[in-house]
Amino acid sequence: MALVYAGICSHAPGITGRADQADPAVRDSFYAAFDQMRLDIEATKPDVLVVIAAEHFANFFMNNMPSYAIGMADSYTGPIEDPGWLGIDKVKVPGDRTISEQLIRHVMTQSDVSYAEEWKFDHGIMVPLHFLTPRYDLPVVPVNINCQGPPLSPLSRTWQFGQSLRDAADAMPERIALVGTGGLSHWPATPDSGKINVEWDQRFLKQWCSGDKESLLAHSDEATYLDAGQGGFELRTLIAVAAAGVSSTGVPAQGTVHFYEPIPIFSVGCTIASLKFA
Amino acid sequence: MSLYYVQKYLFELNRSEQVQSAYEHDRQAAIAAFANQGATFTDREVQALVQPDVGLLFHLGVNGQILMHFAAFHQIEWQDYLQQMRDGIAEHGPVQEGVYAVTGYEGTDAHAADLGHEPRSEGTH
Repeated sequence: MALVYAGICSHAPGITGRADQADPAVRDSFYAAFDQMRLDIEATKPDVLVVIAAEHFANFFMNNMPSYAIGMADSYTGPIEDPGWLGIDKVKVPGDRTISEQLIRHVMTQSDVSYAEEWKFDHGIMVPLHFLTPRYDLPVVPVNINCQGPPLSPLSRTWQFGQSLRDAADAMPERIALVGTGGLSHWPATPDSGKINVEWDQRFLKQWCSGDKESLLAHSDEATYLDAGQGGFELRTLIAVAAAGVSSTGVPAQGTVHFYEPIPIFSVGCTIASLKFA
Repeated sequence: MSLYYVQKYLFELNRSEQVQSAYEHDRQAAIAAFANQGATFTDREVQALVQPDVGLLFHLGVNGQILMHFAAFHQIEWQDYLQQMRDGIAEHGPVQEGVYAVTGYEGTDAHAADLGHEPRSEGTH
């Protein structure tokens, strides 16, 4: 099996950019969970880290918006944001064009996907990398699901995309770690920023941990918007990972939430979770 | 209204140091140059981009994920950014267009009521 790790994490820019405004005890517990996630990934000795993100208009705009895209370059740059604002310096992040292309070709046999030979990372990828590959020494394959500019891909297609990634990974000799990063409920960058629907988050995480396809795909965008904000549209990144956790025999992986705590100044219920393969 | 082009200009500005340099050198001229490539702006939109008027841009419908980066570019502190959006809604009314308007976003208090929450005090987060 070439998929050696699968997990999810938060990526809100406040996690690094407004770190000094959070409750230190809660913040540090969250950072510790991120560190443990890094150790868990490193223990699997991956050749590449595939990050399924929900970028925020850093590369893709409504003039040509792919529902699904995968990076195909030997390096990437980021963050696009002001480094002082985000709390992360501008860096060059290694990629692996060959692995990307293999992955893309496999995925294309089951799902439609765009590819991009240029990609500027925003906080959606840079914040996770800041914790998970702090030395930027692990090649990254960025994956984007359009979660920002409707119309958005139906969740059934997101599930299919996640399964395509799993099948692609299993068909490749490389050891592939997979991290999905998106919000649970949040209203990012709006006057409601800081609002968090903890009940909704916990219900979703329960569905995610059990790999409950029916429940996960039952979330309509209309209901998600009302209950979980426009940031809730990013659940697609998490659903894709849940789908990738399903084995070739149809057995869903079981998930564990290692950390969940609403941190309003970070604008999201901060989450670290992983899947244990059957 | 030409929300599409307002957001597209901000998209280009947020990700390109060249566009940022041009904007910093002469905001009005930079936006005019962008318009010459086929974009259309109203005078109000140009004013909001030049000033910058975060509250008006939010009211017009600019996605917060685009607007947030623009505010950071102008070194607007986080709490001030949130407050400027609230002020924009208070002054100009509900979001007119875009993702927040599609499903009936009517401002902070109405949104809180939808969730069964008490309206949040200003600047608490």
